[in-house]
Amino acid sequence: MADEKENIGDKKYKYSIIIPTYNERLNIAIIVYLIFKHLRDVDFEIIVVDDGSPDGTQDIVKQLQQLYGEDRILLRARAKKLGLGTAYIHGLKYATGDFVVIMDADLSHHPKYLPSFIKKQLETDASIVTGTRYVKDGGVHGWNLMRKLTSRGANVLAQTLLWPGVSDLTGSFRLYKKLVLEDVISSCVSKGYVFQMEMIVRASRKGYQIEEVPITFVDRVFGTSKLGGSEIVEYLKGLVYLLLTT
Amino acid sequence: MKHIVKILSLLAAISAFWIGLLQAAIIPRSHTWLLPIYFVVSLGCYGLLMVGVGLMQFPTCPQEAVLLQKDITEAKEFFKHKGVDVGSD
Repeated sequence: MADEKENIGDKKYKYSIIIPTYNERLNIAIIVYLIFKHLRDVDFEIIVVDDGSPDGTQDIVKQLQQLYGEDRILLRARAKKLGLGTAYIHGLKYATGDFVVIMDADLSHHPKYLPSFIKKQLETDASIVTGTRYVKDGGVHGWNLMRKLTSRGANVLAQTLLWPGVSDLTGSFRLYKKLVLEDVISSCVSKGYVFQMEMIVRASRKGYQIEEVPITFVDRVFGTSKLGGSEIVEYLKGLVYLLLTT
Repeated sequence: MKHIVKILSLLAAISAFWIGLLQAAIIPRSHTWLLPIYFVVSLGCYGLLMVGVGLMQFPTCPQEAVLLQKDITEAKEFFKHKGVDVGSD
């Protein structure tokens, strides 16, 4: 009886998966389906933090709750778009797991990697397991040459200045010990992707053990490059801020 | 210790070494004066090299887009059978 399935989840640990959403009506359903598909023997809950999506995201989540159970899917919505960092803090309030996973709702983060996050954490007792797109078994799809260049340039600059100890600083597919997330998030003030960088750099400075697993990232925003001049300026300002304050 | 302190200490150590070289004159002084410039230029070249190498080796995963589409179809089928209206993309 004991060995018929590979048991990647230690039954006594519970995982809270926080997914901030804004207008992700279709994607949230698919993500929930995939999470249940890939975490069959794991005790988990999904916390959807929706910022008042006008497209009916919350209606879909309520239907999913009927299907999967209100103890497995928690809808903890907010009135309007309030930003990612506060969305995590909001979701954390309701998390009852020992570990917290944060991931994007747009399917750029695939739930099939969740078992590898869990496994890595159990093997190493890491405080944080972060997904990296920039290693051999990882990868990105949907970026043109310019986008790859800016990403690589930004990464080299950040590595040189900050010595962060992780290969993918702006990634937001991560597993944290709940107490560690609570500790780190309380000292972060940045917004957007600089927030993700600040989280991992502060955690590194505080001496938390951070492990990486390869992930693939399928960019769902086709065509338009999200990196304009203002994003680059924001990034550089963020780097200097992190250089001086961490 | 804050990270910036580490970096400044490293720079201070390098500067002290450079000043030492200037005073000791093991290398002709004219060369020594140029060392900081060589250092900065080498650092810049190293950075550019790392960017170039990283760009060439940038891991891509075109097959993942295909797999994702399969997963999306599978999920949509599942929800159709369960009567959950997920609408269209």
